[in-house]
Amino acid sequence: MSAVAYREAAGGGLWSRMSLGQKQVLWAWSFLAVPLVFYVVIRFWPTFQAFYLSVTDWTITKPASFVGLENYGRLIEDSLFWQVFRNTFLYLILGTPISLLISFVVAYYLDRVRFMHSFIRALYFLPFLTTAAAMAWVWRWFYQPVPIGVINDLLSSFGIPQQPFLRSTSQALPAVLAPAVWAGLGFQIIIFLAGLRAIPVTYYEAARIDGLPEGAILRKITLPLLKPTLVFLVVFSSIGFLRIFDQVYNINTNDPGGPLNSTKPLVLMIYQTAFSSYEMGYAAAQTVVLFLILLVISLVQLRLMRDR
Amino acid sequence: MRFGHMLASVALGFATLASTGAKAVEIEYWQYVFDTRVKAMNQLIAKFQEANPDIKVKQTTFPYADYQTKVAASILAGQGPDVVQLFYGWTDNFISGKMIRPLRAEAFPSTEIERDFFPIVSAMKRGNDYYGLPTAVRSLALFYNKKAFKDAGLDPNNPPKTIDELVTAAEKTVKRDGSGNIVSAGMTLDMGGQDHQWWREVLIRQFGGVPYTENDTKVAYNDEAGLKALTFYTDLQKKHKVGQAGFMDEGQAAFRAGLAAMTIDGTFRLGSFGTIKAFEWGVTELPANAQGLRSNYASYFANAITTKAEGEKLAAAEKFLKYVSSPEAMKVWMEVVGELPARRDVALTPENVAHPVYGPFLKGLEYAHTTLFKDEAAQRQVAIDMANRVLIGGEDPKTSLAKAAEAEQAIIDRAKR
Repeated sequence: MSAVAYREAAGGGLWSRMSLGQKQVLWAWSFLAVPLVFYVVIRFWPTFQAFYLSVTDWTITKPASFVGLENYGRLIEDSLFWQVFRNTFLYLILGTPISLLISFVVAYYLDRVRFMHSFIRALYFLPFLTTAAAMAWVWRWFYQPVPIGVINDLLSSFGIPQQPFLRSTSQALPAVLAPAVWAGLGFQIIIFLAGLRAIPVTYYEAARIDGLPEGAILRKITLPLLKPTLVFLVVFSSIGFLRIFDQVYNINTNDPGGPLNSTKPLVLMIYQTAFSSYEMGYAAAQTVVLFLILLVISLVQLRLMRDR
Repeated sequence: MRFGHMLASVALGFATLASTGAKAVEIEYWQYVFDTRVKAMNQLIAKFQEANPDIKVKQTTFPYADYQTKVAASILAGQGPDVVQLFYGWTDNFISGKMIRPLRAEAFPSTEIERDFFPIVSAMKRGNDYYGLPTAVRSLALFYNKKAFKDAGLDPNNPPKTIDELVTAAEKTVKRDGSGNIVSAGMTLDMGGQDHQWWREVLIRQFGGVPYTENDTKVAYNDEAGLKALTFYTDLQKKHKVGQAGFMDEGQAAFRAGLAAMTIDGTFRLGSFGTIKAFEWGVTELPANAQGLRSNYASYFANAITTKAEGEKLAAAEKFLKYVSSPEAMKVWMEVVGELPARRDVALTPENVAHPVYGPFLKGLEYAHTTLFKDEAAQRQVAIDMANRVLIGGEDPKTSLAKAAEAEQAIIDRAKR
């Protein structure tokens, strides 16, 4: 370095003519460029590649040729796509409110519990640490018919007829969703607890001196002040449910997304189109659609956060 | 001076090393990871190298899930294997991607192939060219639980010979609890397992139809025979109530656990069922129809030479392919992996045919069919959904069959483009 600087100084090069401020900026950018280039190559380039692939008919083995918007046209006509679209939003519409409601209730009361507080909190957090694949396999056996399904064994011991769960087009999606919600609870509870702790105690003290009932405190103080936490969790869990895959794939490996596609989310359809049928172009078109959905939902939710 | 000598001798040493290294041609062989297959191939490679000291074979393996993607990506990048193992159903894909080359007729004359191998080898033929040869083949048979048969008052040495006898035996062996729930199945129903092959290549033919025409490019089962075959299958659950799709999750799991009296499965299941300690089981040919018509589904992994192999590597690859499809290699494969030899004379020896386990599978090979799948997973899914629409959705079999035929034809047509 010093040799270079010396030579440049002697020759009156560009470097020596720069001011100290300019040099600092240049140094800063050359360091910043490393992660930036990395990010562009690892993230953006493949993303643009996906956009390009979505207008070709590439199948891994056959060379890609340009087909225009044919893949998108096929997508619109594909009844499977619309069912998968509906399933994906069902995961979102059911999953996000249910998981947020349960985790808020748990966090709200856990916040008041002093006895074995950290132990109980750890118990709630444990499922979050478990591999989704392992969990899905265990739940798959829970849902089996008698004689081995725990839930059905319980039902029939109370004289309730056994339920088909994963073998039913109407019950399968909630049955797949349940372990997904359960697994995410721990994380959401921890975030809610942190949010609750961050609310200044003085507000509560003032309210109690004024004689405000508990319900009003919850509505007027706790919930409004918890809004940033809430928005974060809504965005976070929405994206999670829109991208649900491993739970669904592993709970029914012989007929992934079944029965009759009633549990298949968009990500699973993309996976099967790409890595089972090798229709990479068509899969890329589906990916672009998923990207647009995620983008729109995130923008809307960020907008909601801003008007606070 | 001394140093100079040393340097010269070292250089000479390197030179000789390099020249001997260059003399041996190294070719690469790829297959997916499966313990016994890798072991068998290691034995074959050792024997082959002993006989051909000028050729070195390097075996590379990786998980089945990534197999096709990795092979395709690496060959297209000019890397990868010289000899590759592929499922017969991927052949079209591999040819259109210019990944494998036709076998040279001088080295592998088709008259000899057709004389020596089972007829199912024709699934590797396009035009006049063969694109690969199998070492071993697989077929289906009916596994039955001898203990369950005995408990139900059936003769454990006289398994069902016809599909009507199958239903009768299933009705006798099924066990239900007080509320009518099945606690032990008579016959497993698992379209995601081997039942879709049984339905497609066996039941449809036994009810007087054919699954496809025009080299398996036109779906032909949307007719009376197809409907009868589907109704027979779904009636096992709906009418006779001898089994239930999804019972114990998978058919093979139910059988393994001793909670199913009968299941249809392939040679590849022998290893898993071989470890069953709780009961004795038997194997019999897939049951015939009332007129005695039998059919079976056979499949195999073939070995093919890739477009990457050129010149002396091509010659070495041909030698190696010849060896792994030789009678000697097939014997090793059968002993180590438990799969059936692809050559008639090696397979149909008197002791093999009389073998209580291999016998039924081998007999099945004589009349077996091999479906030329375009997209096996998607076509299997069509069959799964067809049965589910009837079993779960309560749709009538005729409508469900028509939908399946349409969906499968669309998959086939798209692959042709």
